[in-house]
Amino acid sequence: MELVNIFITSAFIENLALAYFLGMCSYLAVSKTVKTAFGLGLAVIFVLGITMPINWIINTHLLSESGLFKTDLTFLRFILFIAVIASMVQLVEMVIEKFSPSLYNSLGIFLPLITVNCAILGGSLFMVSNEYNFPESVAFGLGGGFGWFLAIIAIAAIREKIKYSNVPPALRGLGMAFLLTGLMGLAFMSLMGIDPAIL
Amino acid sequence: MAETAVKEKESAISFGKAERKLLTDPLNDNNPITVQVLGICSALAVTTLLNKAIVMSIAVIFVCAFANLITSLLRNYIPKQVRMIVQLVIIAFLVTLVELTLKAVAYPVYKDLSVFIGLIITNCIVMGRLEAFAMANNPYRSFLDGLGNGFGYGVILIVIAAIRELFGKGSLLNFQIIGPGPNYVLDTEAIAFLGWYQPNNLMVLFPSAMFVIGVLIWIQRAWNKKLVDIS
Repeated sequence: MELVNIFITSAFIENLALAYFLGMCSYLAVSKTVKTAFGLGLAVIFVLGITMPINWIINTHLLSESGLFKTDLTFLRFILFIAVIASMVQLVEMVIEKFSPSLYNSLGIFLPLITVNCAILGGSLFMVSNEYNFPESVAFGLGGGFGWFLAIIAIAAIREKIKYSNVPPALRGLGMAFLLTGLMGLAFMSLMGIDPAIL
Repeated sequence: MAETAVKEKESAISFGKAERKLLTDPLNDNNPITVQVLGICSALAVTTLLNKAIVMSIAVIFVCAFANLITSLLRNYIPKQVRMIVQLVIIAFLVTLVELTLKAVAYPVYKDLSVFIGLIITNCIVMGRLEAFAMANNPYRSFLDGLGNGFGYGVILIVIAAIRELFGKGSLLNFQIIGPGPNYVLDTEAIAFLGWYQPNNLMVLFPSAMFVIGVLIWIQRAWNKKLVDIS
């Protein structure tokens, strides 16, 4: 039950994209059509779900004082986390290419982009500061990825529709995307008052 | 940026027109936030207070300039296939330096910025400039480019933070400017200037940063017509 709570909290109430505004660069750049947004969203769920447990293991069993080296190595956290993320993305890319060329073709270009998506590194850093245990970190990773997926699909759908509206020229494209994201963020803030314990 | 890369001349340290352009271009025509759309995440999160934004800008200017310099020095020794990881390690090294320095020198600010110092690593400005500029240019020019982009980022960050802090809290750099502040005492007359102003709490929340950047983009593009989106 605790895990379901964490999943729901990280997907809706503490949405990485719309409550913390993480991963905004790719969120704004790749949300022009629903199709590409769908591919990137799936890839983010995948990578968050994989890197979060690995980073948890690294953080508790290698870097902490009770870990393998018996010394406090937390100052190496950034370098190790980003190395794990970069190598995981590379690995995931190779595995998908080998076993499912059709999925690889639809995700293809987005996979390398994910390395610099701050939702991934941010998720891992939040996991450390929230002091989750192993199953909780898996739930947090999947939930966070799912929330990000929903957010990018929603903005892409709105942006596809807004093409047919008469927006002032200077506001077209990027400017409008910012205002829309702000409004969606406001909408998501109303979910913040929900106490996941009652669900 | 392609044409500046082609124009690479002798490595002599001079400060001519091309060098000045490297510094001023990112302030308006090629601004990292409003034109290149890089590094949005941190721009949203750290702009609730002006002093946070200033510390963050200094950190990014430092990381951006030195990451560009180091990458440019090493650019002929980095194999193409692993360049991403090498770049990330350089950035992560500099960010760790910044983090430890802040922790030692300014602990309250460090607490405030929390994970966002770490997220400079994935701040696409740094990575983007390394990839687009430092890998193809000499160290001196790369350093200038890093400085310029850092400043372009910092300027926008400081403008957003000033707007948000002024309207959200009625203060700038924690000095009360308009409206009754948190230290408001009934019988003082010091709050006379625009004392009726009620701080707008919306400006402190995340979505307001989106609105402020959206409007900034609108203003910039209305004034600088060549940036208008054709699509």
